[in-house]
Formats: sequence, structure tokens, C-alpha cells
Amino acid sequence: MSQLILTWSVAIAQLMLGVSICCAALRLMRGPRAQDRILALDTFYVNAMLLLLAFGMQSGQTVYFEVALGIALLGFVSTVALAKFLMRGEVIE
Amino acid sequence: MTAATSLITLIALPFLGSVIAAFLPSNARNREAWVAGALALGALAIVISLHSAVADGGVVRLQLPWVPLLGLEFSLRMDGFAWMFALLITGIGFLVVLYARYYMSPEDPVPRFFSFLLAFMGAMLGVVLSGNLIQLAFFWELTSLFSFLLIGYWHHTGAARDGARMALIITGTGGLALLGGILVLGHIVGSYELDVVLAAGDAIRAHPLYLPALLLILLGAFTKSAQFPFQFWLPDAMAAPTPVSAYLHSATMVKAGVFLLARLWPVLSGTQEWFWLVTAAGLSTLVLGAYLAMFQQDLKGLLAYSTISHLGLITLLLGMNTPIAAVAGIFHIMNHATFKASLFMAAGIIDHETGTRDMRRLRGLRKALPITATLAIVASAAMAGVPLMNGFLSKEMFYTEALHTTTPFPLLGELLTYAAVVWGIFSVIYSLRFIHGVFFGPPADDLPREPHEPPRWMRFPIELLVLACLLVGVIPGRTIEPYLHTAVQGVLGEATPEYSLAVWHGFTLPLMMSLGAMFGGIALYATLRRFLLNRVDGPPLVRLVGRRIFERTLVFLSWRLARPLEARLFTWRLQRQLLIMVVVTLLVATAVLWGTDFSLPPIDWSAISPGLALVWLAGMACAIGAAYMAKFHRLAALILLGGAGLATCVTFVWFSAPDLALTQLMVEIATTVLLLLGLRWLPRRIKDARSTVRERSRRLRDLVIACVAGGGLGGLAFLVMTRPLPDSIARFFVERAYSEGGGTNIVNVILVDFRGFDTFGEITVLGIVALTVYALLRRFRPAPESIQRPKQQRLAAAHDDAHAARPRGDSIPQHMLVPSVIMRLMFPAAGALAIYLFLRGHNMPGGGFVGGLTLAIAIILQYMTGGTRWFEARWRINAVRWIALGLLCAAATGLGSWLFGHPFLTSHTRYIEIPLLGALPFASALLFDVGVFLLVVGATALLLLALAHQSIRSHRGQGVPAPTVSRKEKS
Repeated sequence: MSQLILTWSVAIAQLMLGVSICCAALRLMRGPRAQDRILALDTFYVNAMLLLLAFGMQSGQTVYFEVALGIALLGFVSTVALAKFLMRGEVIE
Repeated sequence: MTAATSLITLIALPFLGSVIAAFLPSNARNREAWVAGALALGALAIVISLHSAVADGGVVRLQLPWVPLLGLEFSLRMDGFAWMFALLITGIGFLVVLYARYYMSPEDPVPRFFSFLLAFMGAMLGVVLSGNLIQLAFFWELTSLFSFLLIGYWHHTGAARDGARMALIITGTGGLALLGGILVLGHIVGSYELDVVLAAGDAIRAHPLYLPALLLILLGAFTKSAQFPFQFWLPDAMAAPTPVSAYLHSATMVKAGVFLLARLWPVLSGTQEWFWLVTAAGLSTLVLGAYLAMFQQDLKGLLAYSTISHLGLITLLLGMNTPIAAVAGIFHIMNHATFKASLFMAAGIIDHETGTRDMRRLRGLRKALPITATLAIVASAAMAGVPLMNGFLSKEMFYTEALHTTTPFPLLGELLTYAAVVWGIFSVIYSLRFIHGVFFGPPADDLPREPHEPPRWMRFPIELLVLACLLVGVIPGRTIEPYLHTAVQGVLGEATPEYSLAVWHGFTLPLMMSLGAMFGGIALYATLRRFLLNRVDGPPLVRLVGRRIFERTLVFLSWRLARPLEARLFTWRLQRQLLIMVVVTLLVATAVLWGTDFSLPPIDWSAISPGLALVWLAGMACAIGAAYMAKFHRLAALILLGGAGLATCVTFVWFSAPDLALTQLMVEIATTVLLLLGLRWLPRRIKDARSTVRERSRRLRDLVIACVAGGGLGGLAFLVMTRPLPDSIARFFVERAYSEGGGTNIVNVILVDFRGFDTFGEITVLGIVALTVYALLRRFRPAPESIQRPKQQRLAAAHDDAHAARPRGDSIPQHMLVPSVIMRLMFPAAGALAIYLFLRGHNMPGGGFVGGLTLAIAIILQYMTGGTRWFEARWRINAVRWIALGLLCAAATGLGSWLFGHPFLTSHTRYIEIPLLGALPFASALLFDVGVFLLVVGATALLLLALAHQSIRSHRGQGVPAPTVSRKEKS
């Protein structure tokens, strides 16, 4: 039973994360402001990380968590760089 | 040391010295000379010690595997003839080094000089000691190259550059012809080994390809030895420093051509073709060179043309097809080397002491330079062939042979005799010009400098050489005969004829010819002296076209032909280049794939996970959006690119490639930062209100081409991936990754072990790219509109200025306070992730590349939050050192396997006991991966920081307070 619940919930989670990624992509494209796009990219990253976790649970292999770890630790660097660029006009001063 | 090992030492010594000399400081004149002199002397000692091995026809051989797959071996071979040449090269080389120590002025960069000279010596030794003809051609071209560098040593003068270029083109082209001839010869014989070739003389001469081989080889030899009609490069090589001229003209370079003729004499000579070709070239060079030498006003020019003439004599003797003439030729090689080297050195001293080489201005130097004068007079007497000098002996042999030669046409024999006498007269005249014109008569009073005797040791080489000229001339039987015999045996072997080196043969016809030429020459000189002195430089009657043809050809090739071609086929516009490339690729792909079966296997749509499908949808939309935005909104395009990259990363994970996914993620992040760093410096977009029809149609065309190319590529990839994989090399890697590479992560084992050599090449390229970017950015001049600070910073500064309580620049640290604290805390975690990814890379996803990228990103993050000055006050990353260390580490690991007798980059795996941790697997490939790690960190940091430093640099001098941490130039 618990097996069934897990299988279904992971599948639903994947689907919903996919939808949220699509939403983020939509905002990414439409903007309108640069800030919106950057936030959308950050959302994209977070959702992708979660999607990978869900995928790892589905396959039962921890190897896939590595990439999720990578996104969690360093995925925000792009966001920071972009935000810094907007704020100061330069990434590294 | 056995004879064979001394051979390899002999070749290696000069090259070793060349490297050492190159690294000495430029003001270390004495140390340079000591190093060069000691190595030359060491080489000379080795040559002398080898005499016993090659005397009586012995041959020393050494063979090392070179390209075993092609059957090529690095083969050294020394017989008597090669020994004689090695003696001349090292002996005169040593004297030249000694002489150059005093000749070169303190302003000249001597490390370059001695380095080239030693390398040239090594290349020349390589030519004479090669036991393999291909290898000989290789060293042959090396001598061309180093002579180019030596002739062009004073490259600030146009004459040196032109002379060097001409020498390189002529001798290099000849070398190419020689290589062709050698290939034909090897085809005839079936081997390139000199021993085999020398034993196959009859087969070669009878072969239908004999003539092409002969022509090509002669082309190589004649260009090198400055034989007519290629003689014109040698006088222009006079632009070299005099020690170089002395070396090139006596023991090396031009002697390489006659060396080759003599070396291949046993297999190529003896035919009509050989006789006609070689004799004709030799005879015309002999007379022409001597004729031109008479009319030179430049001391070195006179000597240069005399060299041409004497080389013609050697060529002529070798062309005569009789063993005794060949003996005379070999003998004259030695004699000419001794007197010509000393004469050039004497000319150098005269130039050095008086400041001019113009014979119209030089006279009466006997008083000021008594010892040099005496030495030069003796050496010129040898050049003129005066009795009791070594030049006389070989000249007598030549006259004897000229009288006795048998040709199909008796007329030719007579012509040869007359030409010999005329040559004798000419040589006496130009030798007299050198002696009488320069040293006798009233002393000149309008010289640029007051002449004095040169330093003791500058004269020493000349003294030694002149002594040799005299000793050989007076007592040939005691001095030169055994050595000449050794050399002759090396060439002729069993066919060595009986010959006599006696000074006195009685009143024979050759002696009469000699005396006649001498008195004729003296008489003619007395008559012509005024005429010769008052002429402008250059000969009457003869106008040489060789040089003009050469120059015309060069102009045609490099200007008249190249310009129109460039105008028609080349464009500076990147757009057009890209267009041509893509269209051509498309056409080729269409042509190749035309008619291929493109049917798809049935696709199981249900196997596609909905989550992944949505990610793909988002990714594709991002990719198209990025392409669309690239022109109008760069920042948006960049962000969209990030989305597309992330979708790719998720795809990689989904299809079981976590390694790729990790790498993709890190590259994605680093690329975003890199592009953002560059974005600030890009020029603003030109805001054109409306575009013309033409522009629109061009864009439409580009869009169509891009869609077709991209769609085609995607379609191809899809087709390939939907087909069953052929049985590829993958199985090999899967099976052996653990058993032979000691790792379970196959990707990593391939990278650091199976394909370690490729990886080594790749990281080298990465390092080069990083250094190039760094070098280019050092000179970066931003566009005028992007020099000033960005608008945001100006606003913030204005805000700070408006509030009296705020010092300028205070608001940023406040804005960044929370993020920067968090990110500083992240640094150890990110660093731990980097080390973790790196360490377990051999068995699990990860490895040096990803680890390095991770660390680099972590470092960049600190730069972003804290600022360059803040970070560099704490940790200055010397990225160039990281790169160097990484390369060295990888190379050392690779070389390490040599110590255990394995090929380069062989991996070794074992378990190592470590306290606390227990037995841990350890592969030597890990050390290699350390190199990759270091290099990737260094290269990424260098790339990003080189761009980042631009912003500090451009603010300097704009009223910004001086940085507390000095800007890093060499990070």
C-alpha cells in the first residue's frame, strides 16, 4: 500500500514540478522586467532540483542526488550574479 | 663510455648547451662563452676519442627506436668521413666560440647568439652522423633553420633580414627537394638506412628512377653548397656576424652540400648523368665565383665569392667520377675549412679594429696589425695555392686530375685544363687583393677607428688554423695523411686508390700550370690594380640574373598572386565567413546523405515521462527565446540561455549520465557569470529606427539557413539515437574500467586512464586558451561609452554624496550585508563539495574537471559578494601558477610510469593502508586528476578574473581613492 502511495505521489510530484517549470519558463520569456526573468530562472533552478530529487526517489539510486546537491549549493550563483549585475551594473567590482 | 654512447652524447651536447645558453642572463657574456666553449670542447674531445674506432675503415653505429611502427629508427653512424666532418664541426666550432667571445659587442644579446650557434652545431653534427637518410634530411632542414636565425641575428638591419630570408628559402626549398630525392632513393633500395643504401650502388644506378632521384638530391646539395645557379644567397648571408660567417663558410652549412655529394658518391657517381650535371655545376661555379671575387670591394664579399669558387672546385672534383679526384675533393674540404675560417676571422678583426671592410679605404694595415697581417697573409697564400701551403697540395691534385680526366669529348678535357688555369689566375688575383691591398702600401689615415692588435685570445683561433695550414702544407705525410686516409676510406672503402701527398713531385706539368697561374696572376694584378680599386662594388661584363629571378618570384608569389587571391577569396566579415561555412557544410551533408533511408523505428510514446516532457518543453521554449532575444535584449537572452542549459542538465540526469549533468551544471553557472562579466563591456546596440528591404531579406535568408542547418543537425542526432547502437568500443571500456583502470566510474577512467593522453592534450589547450585570453585582455581598450561607471553605481554614489553622514561607497556593503555573510558561510561547504567530487571521481560521478569547476565557482562567488579588493586582500590566487602546477603534475604522473618501465601515462592501482580510514583504493590516475583539477581551477579563475579586473583598471585615475590592495598584474 505504502509502495503504491509513494509511486503515485512521486509521479504526481514530477508532473506538478514539470508544470511549475513550464510556468517559470513562461515568466522567463515574457518578463516583462529583468527582475521577473531572474526570479523565474531561480524558480526554474529550485524546481529542477526538486524534480531531480523526485526522480532519484523513483529510481531508488542516490547517484542522482548529487546533481541536486550541486544545484542546491551552487545553483543560486547565477541568480546572485544576475542580481548583482542589475544592482551595480557589474558582477565583480 | 662505449663508442656508441659517445655518439649520442656527441649529438646531445650542443643541443643541451643551446638550452642552457638560452636561459642565461643576457649580460653574462663570459658565462655564455664558458658554457658554449666547454661544451664544444667536450664534443671535440669525444670526436678525438672516437678516432681509434673509425680508423682503418671501422664504423660506429647506434640505433634507437624512433617510430617503430613505420620501421624508422633513430640511427647514428660514424665512419671515417663522418669523423673528419665531426672533427671540423666541433674543432672549428670551438674556435669560433672563442673568437665570438671577443668579437661580439656587449650590447649584443649573446645568449641568443650562443644558443643558436650551439644548436646549429648540433644540427650539423646530426647531418654528418645520421645513419638514416630521412633523419639526415631532418637535420639538414634544421641547419637551414638555425642558419636562418644566425644570419638574421642582427635583425634590426634590413640586410640581415633579407639575407636570412633568402638563405632560408633557397636552402629550405633545396632541402625539400632532397627529401623527395631521398624518398625516391628509399623506394629504389627498400630502406633508408645508410648502410643498406651504400651497399646498393649498382641497383640504384641501373634503376629507371635513378635520374629523378639524382636530380632531386643534386638540387638539395647545390642549393646548400651555393653552386651555380643558386650561388647568390651566400654573399647575402654576409650580413651575419663574422664568427657565424666563418663557421658557415668553413666547416658547416655550405659544406653540408658537398658532404652529401661525397656521402652518396659511391652509389650515385660513375654515370654519365652524374658526370655532366655535377661537373658542369662545379666548373661554372669554380670560374664564376673566382671571377666575381676579384671585383668585390667588401672584404667579406671577396671571401664569400671565393668560398663559392672553392666549393665549385670540390663539386667538380667529386663530379669527375674517378676515386682519386674524390680523394682530392675530400682533401680540399679539409684544407678549405682551415684557411677560410682563419681568413674570415682575420677579416672580422680588421672590421672590428678599423670599423670598415671596404677595400678601397683599407691599406697599409701591416704596421698597425703586424701579427694579424702575417697570419692573414699566410692564410691567403693557402687560398691562392702557394707552394708549402695546404691549398697547394689539393690544387696540385686538381690540376693532375684535370689533365688526366677522360671524357667522351677530348675538347672538354682541354676546356677543363684551361678553366683550371684561369681559375688559378683569378684566385691569385683576389688573394693578392686581400694581401697587398689591405696590408701593404702607405697607412690609411681616414679609417673610422685607429686600429690596434686585437686581444691575445681573439687571435688565437687564427694562429691555430694558420699553423695547421702550414704544417699540412710542409709535412703532409706526418700530419694529415692518416686522417685523410681515414676519411677517404669512409667514402670509398675498398676502392680507395693509391695517392701521394708529397710536396715535391718533380717538374711536372701540374707544377708548371701552378707556377704559370701564379705568375700570370701576379702580372695581371699589377696591371689591373688601379682598375680594381676604383671600381664600384660588383663585376663587369657579367650580370647575374639568379638573384633577380628569385626576387621577382617572391614578389609574384607574395604580392601579385596573393593580393588578388585575398581580395577574391577572403572576407573580414565574420557573418559572411560563418555563412559560407554553414552553407558548405549543409551542401556536403546533403550530398553525402542523399538517398539514405530515413525511416524511423516505431517510437513508444508512453515511455516518455510527463515530467521530463514538460522540462523539455520549457527548455526548447527557452532556447528559441534566447535566439530571438539575442539581438534585442542581451540580458534576457542570457537568462533564457540559463533555462535551456538547465533543461539539458535535467535531461542528462534522466538518461543516466550524472557525470555529464554535473559538468553541464557547473559549466552553465560559470558561463553565465563569464557572459555577465563581458556584457558590461559590450558596445551599445545601434538603435536603427527601421531596416531596409535589403537588410530584412538578408535576415530572412539567414533565418532560413539557420533553421535548415539546426533542424538538420537535430534530425540527424535523433536518427542516430533511435537506431540500435553498433557494437562499438564502448564494450571494451565497460569491461576493462575496473580490471585495468582501477575505477568503477567508466567516464572518469576513460578520461584519466584509457584516454589520458587526449585529456592531457585537452588540459594543455585549456591552459593555452586561458593564457591567451589573459594576454589579450591585458591590452583591452573598452569602447568609450562603456569606460565610465555603470549608471547604477553613479546613482548610488550620488545618493551617498547627498547624505552627509554617509561616506561615499558605504551603501553597497550595507546592501550586500546579509547575502555576503551567507555566501561566505557557503564557501567551506562549496569547497568541501569540490574536494568530495574530485576525490571520489574515479569510482562515482565526479572527477578533477567537475571538482575544479566547482572550486572556481566558489571562489568567483566570493569575488562577487566581497569585491576584488576584499578578496585579494585575503587570498591572492596566482592562477598562472595553478595552471603550471596542474600541467606539471599531470605530466609528472605520466612520466612517472616510465620509471617503472611502462609507456607514458600507464595507470597503477593498489590499496593503501591509511590510519583511521583503513584500506583505501588508490590509483596513480588520481595524481593525474589532481593535475586536471588544479589546471581547471587556474584556467577558470584566470579567465573570469581577467575580465573582472577590467572594472578596477578602468576606474583608476577617475578620482577613485587609490586601492588599498595593489591590483594584481600577474594573477
